[in-house]
Amino acid sequence: MTVKIKVENVTKIFGPRPKKVIPMIEKGASKRDILEKTGHTVGVYNANMEIMEGETFVIMGLSGSGKSTLIRCFNLLNKPTSGAIYVDGENIVNYNKEQLKFFRQKKVAMVFQHFGLFSHRTVIENIEYGLEIRGLSKSERRDIAQKHINTVGLKGYENQYPDELSGGMRQRVGIARALTNDPDILLMDEPFSALDPLIRREMQMELLDIQTRLQKTIIFITHDVNEAFRIGDRVAVMKDGHVEQIGTPEELLETPANDYIIDFTREIDRSKVLQAMNIMSKPLSVMNGKDGLHVAIKNMEEHGISSVFITNRERQLLGLVTIDGAIEGVKKKKTLEEVMTTDVLTANPEEYVQDIIPRVLVSKYPLVVVDETNRIEGIILRVHVLSSIISHSADDEEEGDEILGPSVETVEITE
Amino acid sequence: MNEFPNIRIPIGDYVEKFIDFLAMNFGWLFDFIFTIASTTIRTIETALLATPWWAIMIVVFLLGWYLNSILNGIMFAAFIFLIGSFNLWEDTMTTVAIIVISVVLSLAIGIPVGILMAFSKTFSVIIRPLLDAMQTMPTFVYLIPVIFFFPLGNVPAIIATIIYALPPVIRLTELGIRNVDSEVIESAECFGSSRNQMLVKVQLPQALPTMMAGINQTTMMALSMAVVGSMVGAHGLGERVLFSINQINISLGFEAGISIVFLAIIIDRLTNGVADRLQSTGRRSA
Repeated sequence: MTVKIKVENVTKIFGPRPKKVIPMIEKGASKRDILEKTGHTVGVYNANMEIMEGETFVIMGLSGSGKSTLIRCFNLLNKPTSGAIYVDGENIVNYNKEQLKFFRQKKVAMVFQHFGLFSHRTVIENIEYGLEIRGLSKSERRDIAQKHINTVGLKGYENQYPDELSGGMRQRVGIARALTNDPDILLMDEPFSALDPLIRREMQMELLDIQTRLQKTIIFITHDVNEAFRIGDRVAVMKDGHVEQIGTPEELLETPANDYIIDFTREIDRSKVLQAMNIMSKPLSVMNGKDGLHVAIKNMEEHGISSVFITNRERQLLGLVTIDGAIEGVKKKKTLEEVMTTDVLTANPEEYVQDIIPRVLVSKYPLVVVDETNRIEGIILRVHVLSSIISHSADDEEEGDEILGPSVETVEITE
Repeated sequence: MNEFPNIRIPIGDYVEKFIDFLAMNFGWLFDFIFTIASTTIRTIETALLATPWWAIMIVVFLLGWYLNSILNGIMFAAFIFLIGSFNLWEDTMTTVAIIVISVVLSLAIGIPVGILMAFSKTFSVIIRPLLDAMQTMPTFVYLIPVIFFFPLGNVPAIIATIIYALPPVIRLTELGIRNVDSEVIESAECFGSSRNQMLVKVQLPQALPTMMAGINQTTMMALSMAVVGSMVGAHGLGERVLFSINQINISLGFEAGISIVFLAIIIDRLTNGVADRLQSTGRRSA
């Protein structure tokens, strides 16, 4: 993956003499102090991030955290007071008027919280606005616009005016209008915040759907953690103009940088965010099937466990041998393959915890996490699932690690 | 002690000298304006008078029907018929011609000025007191210098009318453009619109309903100047009113007066109808 957008030390201050304020911030003055003393508002301070091509990058924060200010720096609706933003290696902050026009017409498009539609234009006229600005002929832009009307499911609404549509429909117009320019980068400023929850959910799903097809680089602003985690490949959390942490939703949950992040993620339904690979532990009780029953018994005795997973040399899962089965096998001179049970439930690493829970509940043995080629990546015990869905708080973090750690050895597995 | 000290700042004299200077040195310019203006009025007037009365009545009826309701259409047609029956047809057409040219010129000046004011805060700050003066300065005060430049008649009346009727369209054009939703502006901007594209494709259409209110106001104020304008020799209904005052002719005064009211109602409803029509397709209900 290549870096699409690189944000370097971007600061945006609003007021008559923004540059003068920078030394004050460097000395650590708070946003409120600066506003009181100088009348300047610090929108964003010293933001750094790299956004990958094709990534859905979410910027999350409460109102006033500077997230909307930051997203407007990406198409220079706000010109950063200092710092650089590289898009495909070019610093857009230094663009002249013509370059900026080209950049806005071809590379970047934006979707707004309150839709920002042109109420004097019909749906299709709204959607073809960007093409009209670029000087395409009417028939050309009608064709392209029509295609995108179909993409967002607005067929039949072409000649209506925005005020005749519901909120969800209006935002579809907003999205279609942005897509029509075929931009590399799609900026979305709280696009679904003004919609009611059911429609919001539906729109999120459709956005994910569109994204799988079109593979744009999306920068998405929201104040809603659940939304951020649902659609974001990575999430940046902002507070008072500072970027507090950037990471995947799992990283934010598992290794929060500070209490603010913990507070923010408290309400998250963790089982919908964490995947099998986030909660599994190293499979210590695994052995090569070639080694035979005696080795299996020794292995179980050493680790104090009652069953062991059997693999081939490529670490692909073959089955499981219990201690009882192994001892019986030795007595009756059976081979390992004969006493091995293949009745083992598996999960793939990308499955969400909530989808694993039913299997963990019915399984007699640990759940095995295997990749597409059936290689063992890890195992999941009931205790893993439980501890994963209990939220971290600062003081029980270490304890949590212990549970997730090498506990496999001591866990008794009964038949 | 309590009396104001004997200081005299003779601004009035300076203004008078300035007017004299203009009249002396720019006579050719005013002659030119006069020729164009009077020719235009005469053309419009002739055209209106050449149109049969029933054709005008039908047009007004249809417009009223289309822009308001069939009932209003009938009412407007009746007004037109009444005016004709007062024997004031020619005077009314003259007044309409004066109003049309005044309004057209007011819009031609007012809309660009309003746009500039919306874009430049400095310009707006400079122009605003001027607009206040134009609206509050008693009309007769600027009627006096106007007759220095032009012979008595319709032309000075038009100039006075423009001065009086210009401010609303300027103010509401500025307001309309300034009040366009900031997200709408941003969205036009982020598609790479040039300034002209932004103005023509987004700002003006979005401001149009507000501007229409200004245009309506300007038209009504132009009409109310019809009487005052006849003090500097304008013809039409105003002249009849003035005439009836001199003669204490109550019946003529009432007929001419009510004709002006009829015109006002028709023009107001029609321009409002246009504004409503723009409103219904031009604004989101948010």
